[in-house]
Amino acid sequence: MTTAPVKSNVPDRAGLKAWLSSDAPKSRGHARAVQFYMGWMKLYENKLAFLGFLIILSLVLMAIFAPLLATTEPNAQDLAKRLTAPGVDGHLLGTDELGRDIWSRLVYGSRITLLIVGIVAFTAPVFGLLIGTVAGYLGGWVDQALMRLVDIFLAFPKLILALAFVAALGAGIESAIIAISLTAWPPYARIARAETLTIRNADYISAVRLQGAGVMHIIIGHVWPLCLSSIIVRVTLDMAGIILTAAGLGFLGLGAQPPEPEWGAMISAGRKFILDHWWVAAMPGMAIFIVSLGFNLLGDGLRDILDPKKSQS
Amino acid sequence: MPGSDSAVMERKPWVAEATKDARLEIKDLNVYFGEGPDRFQAVKNVSVKVQQGGSFGIVGESGSGKSTVLRAVCGLVESWDGEIDIDGAPVSHKRDKVFARKIQMVFQDPYASLHPRHTVDRVLSEPLKLHGFDDIDGRVLRALDDVGLGADFRFRYPHQLSGGQRQRVAVARALMLEPEILLLDEPTSALDVSVQAEILNLFADLRKEHNLTYVMVTHDLAVVAHMCDEIAVMQHGEVVEVMDVEAMRSSTPETAYTQELLKASMGYDAEFFGDS
Repeated sequence: MTTAPVKSNVPDRAGLKAWLSSDAPKSRGHARAVQFYMGWMKLYENKLAFLGFLIILSLVLMAIFAPLLATTEPNAQDLAKRLTAPGVDGHLLGTDELGRDIWSRLVYGSRITLLIVGIVAFTAPVFGLLIGTVAGYLGGWVDQALMRLVDIFLAFPKLILALAFVAALGAGIESAIIAISLTAWPPYARIARAETLTIRNADYISAVRLQGAGVMHIIIGHVWPLCLSSIIVRVTLDMAGIILTAAGLGFLGLGAQPPEPEWGAMISAGRKFILDHWWVAAMPGMAIFIVSLGFNLLGDGLRDILDPKKSQS
Repeated sequence: MPGSDSAVMERKPWVAEATKDARLEIKDLNVYFGEGPDRFQAVKNVSVKVQQGGSFGIVGESGSGKSTVLRAVCGLVESWDGEIDIDGAPVSHKRDKVFARKIQMVFQDPYASLHPRHTVDRVLSEPLKLHGFDDIDGRVLRALDDVGLGADFRFRYPHQLSGGQRQRVAVARALMLEPEILLLDEPTSALDVSVQAEILNLFADLRKEHNLTYVMVTHDLAVVAHMCDEIAVMQHGEVVEVMDVEAMRSSTPETAYTQELLKASMGYDAEFFGDS
């Protein structure tokens, strides 16, 4: 009866708005739409978070429409015009030591950045969340075993461990992503475990146990939603570090391979000219800075949006 | 509101039905917490019998182990020995889904017993999905209606509900699996007085409608007098006396502790209600 499609005769903007902000939704779909709309309004009202959202959105659009935005091929060399200053000869952000247009390389490099950030942001936190919540919820020897594993991973310097993984897997951007993911999960496990310990004995967990729910059902359906906001905040704060770790691996010759226009590798290449030709290193540095800032602003806003208490009060 | 037509504290002793089979029987129950030298025995040799369709109250002061008995019965506490029989068959320490459809529990604090990120709809439909029920939408709406909440509440989050409304949702959740026995762990003590009466009347109505057996833990003797037909008094983890509600009302308990408890409670009630 209530699964029937919600009334679709929304005549005008005002009607749609009332429908979207109804406090007594008529169906699950309607409830979700209302929740989504409320979240969107919350994001829109939070100007800084919205700025972060716009930055990330433009990064995504930049990656999608790279061929349209770039003025030249990213790897097209023109040695006659090497180290051209920004704004000269139509090179918006100047050229690097091989005469390649830095703007075009940044535009194409956004694809690599997005790939790294996207894959790491979806693998490491999910794995850390799984390990941490299972350890926290089950307790006992499972907790001991998993947390000692986390300790071992945390005891290694991140970059060294990533180096070891890349050495084992072979150089390249894919290996760098896997290596970063493998080294980034332990802090998430720690956070998730701490959160789980505070909620595992709550009455609402007892209630679902009494209904005969299995351990994984409880962990994923009931514990995860409460751990997510702190994890998301941590992920966005880590984004800058993840981009820089990838850059560090590129610098050591173990991440992105030349001539790939990876932002970190571009900074490394520009290091040699930093005193005379500052733009070679500064432009990709600015790109990393803006994207990291965008993630941080968005992350802060997301924490508020994901908490229904704040988004609908 | 259901039951609002019946007077708030009108006393209705529902005499246990003619079939005197014990629906729930606890024999020599011991519950322990901790291990080694820190081991603490919270419940000592508790034996009680709850009749089919009856309403059994367990009273006692804080820390007397009354809630622990309920938690052992429903399987939330696993460190117990003794015997718990349901319909004559002993239950094991590990409980399964079949057990979940026999016994459900309503918790004390409605502010802590609903998941803060789940809508009422999710809270109520989850047990149905877990147990593969059909007509989930219909059942959720009927359950909301049963506990006196309308369909408007269906997609609300707990923070959008008052304490009484939350407890109604918690009651509806406990009834979703159509259990035969409902364990009530001080279900009204976190609510203010007027809402308490509403919830107690709701329990009374639901018991008639769904033919439920109640085991209720409380420290409020007025609630017990209103709800229960048999009462066990607990002190320091032991049952000191089992009596029927008439004995309690006429203040003719056998043990000194129970007399003291009754006297204390009456003094409190007199002081509290006397000048209103």
